[in-house]
Amino acid sequence: MLEINNLHVSAGDKEILRGLSLHVGKGEVHVILGPNGSGKSTLMNVILGHPKYQITGGEIFFDGEDLTTLKTFERARRGIFLSFQNPEEIPGITVENMLRTAKQSITGDKVKVLAFHKELLALMKELQIAPEYASRYMNVGFSGGEKKRNEILQLLTLKPKLALLDETDSGLDVDAVEIVSRGVAKFHNADNSCIIITHNAQILKHLPVNRAHIFLNGRIVISGGSELVNAVAEHGYAPFEATL
Amino acid sequence: MKNYIQDIERALYDVRDEDKSVYKSDAGLTEEIIRDISKRKNDPPWMLEFRLKSLEVYNKLALPTWGPDISALNMDEIVTYVKPNAKQVDDWSQVPDEIKRTFDRLGIPDAEKKSLAGVGAQYDSEVVYHSIQKRLTDLGVVYTDMEKALIEHEDIVKEYFMTLVPPKDHKFAALHGAVWSGGSFVYVPAGVDVKIPLQSYFRLNAAGAGQFEHTLIIVEPGAKLHFIEGCSAPKYNVTNLHAGCVELFVKEGARLRYSTIENWSRNMMNLNTKRALVEQGGLIEWVSGSFGSRVSMLYPCSVLHGEGARAEFTGVTFAGHGQNLDTGAIVVHAAPKTSANINTRTISKSGGAATYRSAVKVTRNAPFAKCSVNCESLMLDNESRSDTLPVMDIEGDEADIGHEAKIGRISEEAVFYLMARGISEEEARAMIVRGFVEPIAKELPLEYAVEMNNLINLELEGQL
Repeated sequence: MLEINNLHVSAGDKEILRGLSLHVGKGEVHVILGPNGSGKSTLMNVILGHPKYQITGGEIFFDGEDLTTLKTFERARRGIFLSFQNPEEIPGITVENMLRTAKQSITGDKVKVLAFHKELLALMKELQIAPEYASRYMNVGFSGGEKKRNEILQLLTLKPKLALLDETDSGLDVDAVEIVSRGVAKFHNADNSCIIITHNAQILKHLPVNRAHIFLNGRIVISGGSELVNAVAEHGYAPFEATL
Repeated sequence: MKNYIQDIERALYDVRDEDKSVYKSDAGLTEEIIRDISKRKNDPPWMLEFRLKSLEVYNKLALPTWGPDISALNMDEIVTYVKPNAKQVDDWSQVPDEIKRTFDRLGIPDAEKKSLAGVGAQYDSEVVYHSIQKRLTDLGVVYTDMEKALIEHEDIVKEYFMTLVPPKDHKFAALHGAVWSGGSFVYVPAGVDVKIPLQSYFRLNAAGAGQFEHTLIIVEPGAKLHFIEGCSAPKYNVTNLHAGCVELFVKEGARLRYSTIENWSRNMMNLNTKRALVEQGGLIEWVSGSFGSRVSMLYPCSVLHGEGARAEFTGVTFAGHGQNLDTGAIVVHAAPKTSANINTRTISKSGGAATYRSAVKVTRNAPFAKCSVNCESLMLDNESRSDTLPVMDIEGDEADIGHEAKIGRISEEAVFYLMARGISEEEARAMIVRGFVEPIAKELPLEYAVEMNNLINLELEGQL
């Protein structure tokens, strides 16, 4: 589904990703672990074509198509979704209006207003988001936890093929992580894939992890199974840095 | 239900009908012209006096030296009065076809169908179409044009006319006093709640013709009214002047909501004076949208004259290429415990200049005054300008005054966020701009909110 080969990415003069390769197959769940500043968020943003980053080498393919020639919204319409680490506040645009517009843009079909409203409220209930949030402005005045749950609400509404979750669990209390974890588990099936950046094994509780990757200095230094998650939880990144 | 204004195109406003007016005064302003206008309008003698005194004041006053450049205005070239080829009617079928076509394109009959209480439409300088529901008349509510009011309610007009905006106020107020023509008159007796909004449209057509309509609204104690005014004018290549005047009298415990969208063509000089006098416990609510015109200078003023009087001002201004829109609000706290809220959004793009200018004055007679000002500006590119000029003059004790100003650009991170959800870049930017004015849009009557969104979409087309 996603194929990244020898990717080099810079922001201005600074090289952030240095020859990164990652292959994610259909139905797979991959976990990315790594210290702050190792380039994890950059990778997520580059997959969606954030204008701040320049690709200086390598390639990204999604379902066999070269992503780098596509605009951000075209990538989203192909089925890529990013749950942002710091979701933007957008005054004047309600959660429901934004999601309806997004759904319409992605499917290309006119969304039925009432049916959509019902579906949205049902999902909000599952994610324990109060119904009045549907008519609140996007993330404006939301707590950190509410913003993250709102991202999962969007994930479940837009049903992408590939979900990129950038520290969706960070800053959340135990109960909120559980809600988010169940939300991601509800989304995941044999036809879609997830790449999850986390520092915390709890979000993975309800998910089958196929691969885990350790990020250091802009590349993957080691890949393995879910045992890597536990190793990092116990010993941190020092043992992996020592092997470099 | 489909809104009648949904599919309006910009070109609609730029269509110009052949000028078939029966009478035009000589260009330039002289005593002869004033006497001539007065005679044709069958003014009572005191009104002729008033016009002539205003002309004297006009000749003495200089053009304002602050604000946008209005030197393109040559008063000697402006034909001040144009009489359209139609008499006052109250049945749509009697309106001449040509004028009807223009109004059809503006959707006025549909507005009527939407059970608006009354429609007064000004074509050039004279009201040609006017209707009012019988039950309003039964309540004692008067809604008519100023000419008729001058005949049928002369005492009331004489008592209030240009007492709130006296001709000596500034040069264009004096000009207005001398040549005013047309406009709406509303009188709401004490305790009457006019539940349906009254609506009036203004439009300019003849090239080089100024429009000087006068709006006089009196809301007696405990009464309630919502008055909506919509303006648009076709494009034309001679500088056009609009120097209207709006005087609103809100008595003890009365409420008046005055909503307007001004969408003048891009050659218009819009120098409009609007003022409200609010007595004890009364409330004036302004909702004001400024889109068109080449230059606008518009600062609706609320004089809070009675204890506990309140003012709410909600405004939006959109300045595009070649436009210099200088808008804002004035509040005068002249009695104890008066309060006011000013909330504005301005947008500038393609080299347009938008200035927010406000004045808040708290007099010595106004202890415990409360005023909060929130003005936000959005610049859509690097060639556009946005300025914020709030003035505060506080003399009263225990005043509680707050001011918040923001000037910014569209957040690229917000655009990326929306695009990451599959929304195109163009739509993402339009959504953000619409979101920026949303707090204002939700205050507008529905069809105006739709029109404003359409205008924003039109303005943003080709932005990328």
